Amino acid sequence: MLFGLLCVTFAISHVVPGDPARLAAGPDANDAMVRTIRVKYGLDQPLPVQFGRYVMGILSGDLGESLRSRNAVRDDLVRFFPNTFELVALSLGLAVVLGIPLGMLSAVHKDTWVDHLARVVSVSGVALPAFWLGLMLQLLIALHLGVLPLGGRLPLTATPPEPVTHLMLVDALLRGQWGTLAQALRHALLPVVTLCFPALASIMRVNRAEMIETLQADYIRSARAQGFSGFRIVTRYALRNAMIPTLTMIGLRYGWMLGGSVLVETVFDWPGIGLYAVNAAVSSDFQPIMGVTLLLGTNFMLANLLVDLAYGWLDPRIRRPSTA
Amino acid sequence: MTTRVLSFRPLAGWFDERRSSTRELRRYVRIFARSASSVTGLVLVLAFLAIAAIGPWIVPYPEDARGAVHLDRKLGAPSAAHWFGTDEVGNDVFTRVILGARVSLQIGLIITLVAATIGVPLGVVAGYAGGALGEVIMRVTDVFLSVPALVLALAVVGALGPGIVNAMLALSLVWWPGYVRLVHGKTLALTGETFVEAARAVGTGRLRIVFVHILPNCVSPIVVKASMDMGTAILAAAGLGFIGLGAQPPYPEWGAMISIGRNYLPTWWWYSTFPGLGIYLTVLGFNLLGDGLRDIFDPKSRG
Repeated sequence: MLFGLLCVTFAISHVVPGDPARLAAGPDANDAMVRTIRVKYGLDQPLPVQFGRYVMGILSGDLGESLRSRNAVRDDLVRFFPNTFELVALSLGLAVVLGIPLGMLSAVHKDTWVDHLARVVSVSGVALPAFWLGLMLQLLIALHLGVLPLGGRLPLTATPPEPVTHLMLVDALLRGQWGTLAQALRHALLPVVTLCFPALASIMRVNRAEMIETLQADYIRSARAQGFSGFRIVTRYALRNAMIPTLTMIGLRYGWMLGGSVLVETVFDWPGIGLYAVNAAVSSDFQPIMGVTLLLGTNFMLANLLVDLAYGWLDPRIRRPSTA
Repeated sequence: MTTRVLSFRPLAGWFDERRSSTRELRRYVRIFARSASSVTGLVLVLAFLAIAAIGPWIVPYPEDARGAVHLDRKLGAPSAAHWFGTDEVGNDVFTRVILGARVSLQIGLIITLVAATIGVPLGVVAGYAGGALGEVIMRVTDVFLSVPALVLALAVVGALGPGIVNAMLALSLVWWPGYVRLVHGKTLALTGETFVEAARAVGTGRLRIVFVHILPNCVSPIVVKASMDMGTAILAAAGLGFIGLGAQPPYPEWGAMISIGRNYLPTWWWYSTFPGLGIYLTVLGFNLLGDGLRDIFDPKSRG
């Protein structure tokens, strides 16, 4: 899989119509300078050789350097990824914490006003463009009401906490800098809500559909007949069985969020790899984009692996297929 | 014995079949019409199609689509003359939002059609022929599905350079794997069905099995997915337009309009707000319609 991904990123970076060497050399460069750069980056070699070098480079942790800033892409990713991870993790967490109970509630009260309201929220969530929702939240909450900051991670005057994990919120917590933590949380609120909304909607939707189906199952009826309380039936028996498709959706949504972070980070000026990729893409700087693509691809694969493992934990039948 | 009776009354059999299919159709319509959300979706989509079709003839200031400049009326608030206000060069935002529907329709149609045209044949081949070829197709599909679509599209546009054609190309390139996955699964399931086995047993050719027995049964999930994808593709293209990699101004594309309007918040709020509403209502319509269609075609999810 990872090898396939490398092929794709390599293909994209080498089918470009423009000449990367000329681009790197700048508009005023003469042919000799372009030639020097071409040799320096190995762009004069045959494609298989270039590909071999590319793969070897990545395996040894070298993702190339940004043509624009001359920074090593790896260092940039190390610097920016924790911010994106924090944003995505918080949003996904919020989406799960709100989405599952709302889906349950909607299923249990099927066809009442609770259900209708929840469904309106869920269809809107998927259809709203995240970047527009972000702008509207900025407009209403940050600019009109002035209760939350517009963007960024901290006020310009604040000093970020000494890095331990490079996750700003965790670092502030570990260093006991409560003021910084509060500031960082205030800055995170709008982006997190924006990114969380589509995921919340789809998690809620899947959970609702599965719960409705599960609640009609025979074993739920027998549990009712045996006099278990409604709450216990819903949370303990039905939810567990409805969780597998919900979990698939959560895994899928993690990937979507990594993609969505590109837009949300642009709106809120959040210094993560999404914004980094956009800036690189706008100035046709490939290596950073390829680095981001690889990093996000690997991330998504890992997330799917975790989801597969969680299936086994939720459903013993998957754990022991031989006895099924 | 029964076959003989039927062969004596071919017309009656034909009528019975017709009648049962109209009954089926009427039942579909009833299911669809009973659901308020499906009807809302249909209405939104029809309105969108109508606006896209007749847009250029109904807009009050047609010249504003091509970047006309009227500095004397720039950044005017919504009024009777300009329902959605005017932008930084005095163009009527209402005109541009209406014309944006046509752009979005084109974008959605092209991406969805290209993706289905690439994905459906690959899915059938992978599912029905299987073997090493099928394996390769599915592995490549998995690779494409392993990267968030928007990020991959960003990489492709980054390589090709910004612009609406490149954005559509990039999104089409990252969109097809979903169709491969869908059709592959469906084909695998259908290949195991008795009627396909029976067709094979009486010596029906492989091509005929694919075109007569398998593909027609894949149509409904493909239609449902295509309806959903119209919305999602429009959303994604607007996203690319927003970050400056899609349609370039003064082209009346919703995402690009929001992107420029962003610089004029909060005072000139109408500039970004109305194009966003356009995207929202369009995508909502296609999603609701897709849901409604799924309720009809997929009896399992029929509540």
